[in-house]
Amino acid sequence: MKCEEITQERWLAYLDGRAGSVERRRVEEHAAGCAACRARAEEFRKLWGALDEVPAIEPSLGFDASVRQRVAAEPRRRWFGWLAPWPRVALSAAVVAALAIIVIVKMPSRHARPMGTNAVVHQEDFNAIKDLGVLENYDVVTNLDALSELPSAAENQPQQPQ
Amino acid sequence: MLDVKAGDETSFDLLLLKYRSPLVNFLHRMVRDTATAEDLAQEVFLRVYRARKQYTPSAKFTTWLFRIATNVALNSVRDNRHERRAISLDAPTTDDEDAAPMELPGRERSIDEQMIERDRSEFIRQAIASLPEKQRAAVLLHKYEEMDYAEIARVLDCSESALKSLLFRAYETLRVQLAPLVAQPVPHSAGEGKLS
Repeated sequence: MKCEEITQERWLAYLDGRAGSVERRRVEEHAAGCAACRARAEEFRKLWGALDEVPAIEPSLGFDASVRQRVAAEPRRRWFGWLAPWPRVALSAAVVAALAIIVIVKMPSRHARPMGTNAVVHQEDFNAIKDLGVLENYDVVTNLDALSELPSAAENQPQQPQ
Repeated sequence: MLDVKAGDETSFDLLLLKYRSPLVNFLHRMVRDTATAEDLAQEVFLRVYRARKQYTPSAKFTTWLFRIATNVALNSVRDNRHERRAISLDAPTTDDEDAAPMELPGRERSIDEQMIERDRSEFIRQAIASLPEKQRAAVLLHKYEEMDYAEIARVLDCSESALKSLLFRAYETLRVQLAPLVAQPVPHSAGEGKLS
């Protein structure tokens, strides 16, 4: 392996130890015969160790309580909260629903009559019922010939005993 | 996280317990101020809580968490850039009161040794802090969070090859800046090892 063949990716894998054993051995074999790469490899190794010297810190004692306090202060979601992420959708849906209600309320029924006609119809029906008896005897009333066949009143009058 | 999504508040406490320390440390190394780091970490947890209903387990939770944390940190660093002092690697003391190690020093170590150790760790910390923000985030996630390349690439929203290049440049910079600590001794090098 030549110096140029130790790419950035190979150096990185060598540095963090994620290179496979074969890959690592190839870098080390090259470094054994190349002073510059050997020095570089050693510096990377030391750098990796030096970065561990930065001490970690611990969160303060009140950290958890502060987080919980901020979470508790968050507004709770309501039943329609699922619409919250899409306010435009929610607004559109509300407008469509309102329009639908207006249309349903205002639209005349197919069987509905105009206002005011109900009273007239009721009167016509009443008249028809009122004259029902006459209508049933319509033939009799209009055919006066039939009346002539009836016995006269005089004939119908009973004989007075002498 | 799925339990948190389902409304289980106890699971949120578990998330808090598990990730508070890595988050605070990551943010502390990004912004170099303990109070700011804690405030930002609280902000991250709050964002996680707010976004719990939209969470989909398409990626690892840590990827999602550190993506939020990285964005929060980068925004903070950029917002406060004008306030930040230029970092000099020759500066002998820290500008962070929390730079001291948390653990008590061992009795067997002398004050000189403790001072040397503190100076070393501060020197390294300043070298990390002097990296460009994205390189710094990449190194922190790679070195301290031990994330794999694919995961870091997702956090930083870049390709894996771009990430490797970014990481290599960052480590090269650190190798040069930390030469007094890591450089191989070279004979006849009167001026070498001194930082420019």
